[in-house]
Amino acid sequence: MILAGVAPGDRVYQLAITAFALVVPALLVLIAIAIGVAAWPAFATAGLSFITSSEWNVQAGKFGAAPAIYGTLVSSFIALLLATPLAVGVAIFLSEIAPKWLRQPVAFLVDLLAAIPSVVYGLWGIFFLVPMLREHVVPFLRDTLHLGSTPLFSGPAYGPSMLAAGVILAIMALPYISAVTREVLLAVPRSQRDAALALGATKWEMIWDAVIPYARSGIIGGIILGLGRALGETMAVTMVIGNRPEISASLLAPGYTMASLIANEFTEATSDLHLSALMAVGAVLFTITLIVNAIARWLVWRVASGPRS
Amino acid sequence: MIAEEIEDSPRKPCLAARELSAFFGRSRVVSNVTIDFRDREVTAIIGPSGCGKSTLLRCLNRMHETAPGATVSGTVTLDSTDIYAPGADPIAVRRHIGMVFQRPTPFPTMSISDNVTAGLKILGRKAPRGKDAEDIVEGALRHAGLWEEVKDRLGESAIALSGGQQQRLCIARALAIRPRVILLDEPTASLDPLSSQKVEELVYQLKQDIAVVIVTHNLQQAARVSDRTAFLLLGDLIENAPTNTLFTAPADPRTEAYITGRFG
Amino acid sequence: MARRQRTALVSSLRRRKTGNVVMLALTYIAALLATLPLVFILFHLLRQGASTLTPDFFTNMPRPVGEAGGGMSNAIVGTLILIAIACAIGLPVGVGAGLYLAEKRAGALAMTVRFLSDVLNGLPSIVLGIFAWQFLVRPFGRFSALAGGIALGAMMIPLVTRTTEEMIRLVPNSLREAALALGYPRWRTSMSVILRTALPGIVTGALVAVARIAGETAPLLFTAFGNQFWSTSLDEPIAALPLQIFAYAISPYDEWHAQAWAGALVLIVIVLIISLAARHVTRARFGSATD
Repeated sequence: MILAGVAPGDRVYQLAITAFALVVPALLVLIAIAIGVAAWPAFATAGLSFITSSEWNVQAGKFGAAPAIYGTLVSSFIALLLATPLAVGVAIFLSEIAPKWLRQPVAFLVDLLAAIPSVVYGLWGIFFLVPMLREHVVPFLRDTLHLGSTPLFSGPAYGPSMLAAGVILAIMALPYISAVTREVLLAVPRSQRDAALALGATKWEMIWDAVIPYARSGIIGGIILGLGRALGETMAVTMVIGNRPEISASLLAPGYTMASLIANEFTEATSDLHLSALMAVGAVLFTITLIVNAIARWLVWRVASGPRS
Repeated sequence: MIAEEIEDSPRKPCLAARELSAFFGRSRVVSNVTIDFRDREVTAIIGPSGCGKSTLLRCLNRMHETAPGATVSGTVTLDSTDIYAPGADPIAVRRHIGMVFQRPTPFPTMSISDNVTAGLKILGRKAPRGKDAEDIVEGALRHAGLWEEVKDRLGESAIALSGGQQQRLCIARALAIRPRVILLDEPTASLDPLSSQKVEELVYQLKQDIAVVIVTHNLQQAARVSDRTAFLLLGDLIENAPTNTLFTAPADPRTEAYITGRFG
Repeated sequence: MARRQRTALVSSLRRRKTGNVVMLALTYIAALLATLPLVFILFHLLRQGASTLTPDFFTNMPRPVGEAGGGMSNAIVGTLILIAIACAIGLPVGVGAGLYLAEKRAGALAMTVRFLSDVLNGLPSIVLGIFAWQFLVRPFGRFSALAGGIALGAMMIPLVTRTTEEMIRLVPNSLREAALALGYPRWRTSMSVILRTALPGIVTGALVAVARIAGETAPLLFTAFGNQFWSTSLDEPIAALPLQIFAYAISPYDEWHAQAWAGALVLIVIVLIISLAARHVTRARFGSATD
């Protein structure tokens, strides 16, 4: 009876899958190194003023990324402001309200929004969204709602603007927020709903007072995930934001985001310092999205693993 | 076979556990069990659920250790070779000691005949091919009493079979690699009565050639199919005797309590 | 007194019921508003792109401004090449890492890898472009198809990793045990039984990942760069559909705008076909499971 017999295959297999698994952390480390190395000359030259100065003058060799950082934050904020109620509304609709036959198709359509390439959003943005904002939405905001006198909607409205970027980012972030929200809503146990209904709550009261609070941190995670998407979105924003490195209070003025700044100036960057400055913008973007994503994942995971006592 | 050997009773054990204990982490689920399983006999292991009978069975072909945190102490010998010896390879052990589970587990992506030869294919270049493979498929399926029902659709997916047929297919799959012992872990628990009966008939056929160990919670089944029965309670082996004796004149009051239905 | 309380209760109930209806109606409106952009985009794509989309578009090279016609044959082929490189990198690594995560479950390294792969998945694609540029373009002094494919492949890894893990977890443990009990080594159990059973789900995940990278533009700006000429060489700049759409869209010429719309229509059709194929594979899988 021979019971001895070695299985070298198993050792090779374990080594192989471990190696593949290690590619993931290795990739993140390599990305950090690549960006750090490429960005170092600019950080060394500009110091802290790189993120505080708002002067981005390529000819003068002055690189202050504040306008791009400001633009990234403002456009993403507009996006979340517009997308969150819609996305949460859709998620509630899909998980609690819609008749069965409507759920699949609507969910599919919303998911498709995430499948549309960024550059196609940009194309649509240039030729339809921007003209529509200029000809219909801006006059409505100014003349009908009389918002023209507020700084937010003052100044000339050429078309490409912070507002256009915010709107397109809202459309692009929406499917991510709603997908996560729907997932966490579906994870809320039946008993929570039954308990609320048994107390005499209406359907909406059940959703608002029992389901949403239970799923709250997961929903916030989804919103932050959407924020991560919006912060790093490049092509569509580059095509509609106007690409001007200035900080303006008006949402109708052109602006810049970090990602669009890099994409827009990369091909024309000839000096090493300019290239390095663009990479330094990438480093700031990388750091911000890394933190935002880590927070979002942590929040979503906490819900997925159930409430802890 | 030589006639004297068959006459020679009691037969010598082919599988023997000595001081066998099994653990999940720190909790001990089988305690110091010493038991022999003889060639060409059916041994039934009975006991209330959670008594460790499945775990004991899984220690006999080193399946227990595949669960996270599961460990074993003591020895198990197959024809006097220790299967837990440092040089023993669990993979080789399992090829000599086959196992069939509570729920049928045909491989869903394979055809009926591929399922039967699944255990042979891993031999690589030494795997039987062509006519040899066909003969093995037919032999194993005939042995498992399934041949007549499936011979016209050997190439079809195995999940199209009924539950009882799937279970007999799994037995055929285990037989195709010609094991010395076959372990059956509640093989009829998920089957209807008619399918169960066919599996029981098959168990009777199997013991003509090899040793069979069957875990069951069905006392009637143990009485029908086994030559010896072992009663396990909370991980302890309470009694191990010829089936007739155990069911008619149990030596231990706890065995009597169990078989007369007072607990479990 | 009791009567007044009762009236108060009734009127509050009426108010609660109205609120209920209003809020429920608002979610219908949210669903409508959320699907509207998709309808608009698809409508505009069809209207603007369909007229330029002749057979020539698929077989001709881009023409200079002022010349009518022309197509994006080089960009279409370029995109296919980039996808192929990305798959050659992303699929084996992703499936391997997914196997690891499914097998180790709660191990410290598995938890870390799972978390980091989610973080990686959320990184802006432009960051992966910078990464590939720094390591694969800068040292060699030239943009290349290979660098572009590797950047896209890196994007696929976290997507494929997580779907592979999830799909493998759906394979019943009993199948794994059955294979082990037959004397299968662990690696054979994983390859011949577990991966094969989970294959439809993994294919779906891979298709979703491909659909996502097929339209990626930002990382290609730093790597594949684009090419007005025919090139299939891996160590030279290569044209890609999204890059071409971008270049044409921001140009001032109407002919090029028309080409951009046609290119976008082709791109979206490719992405939609892949997405629908992914759904179909999933459905086929669940269909067979219920037999």
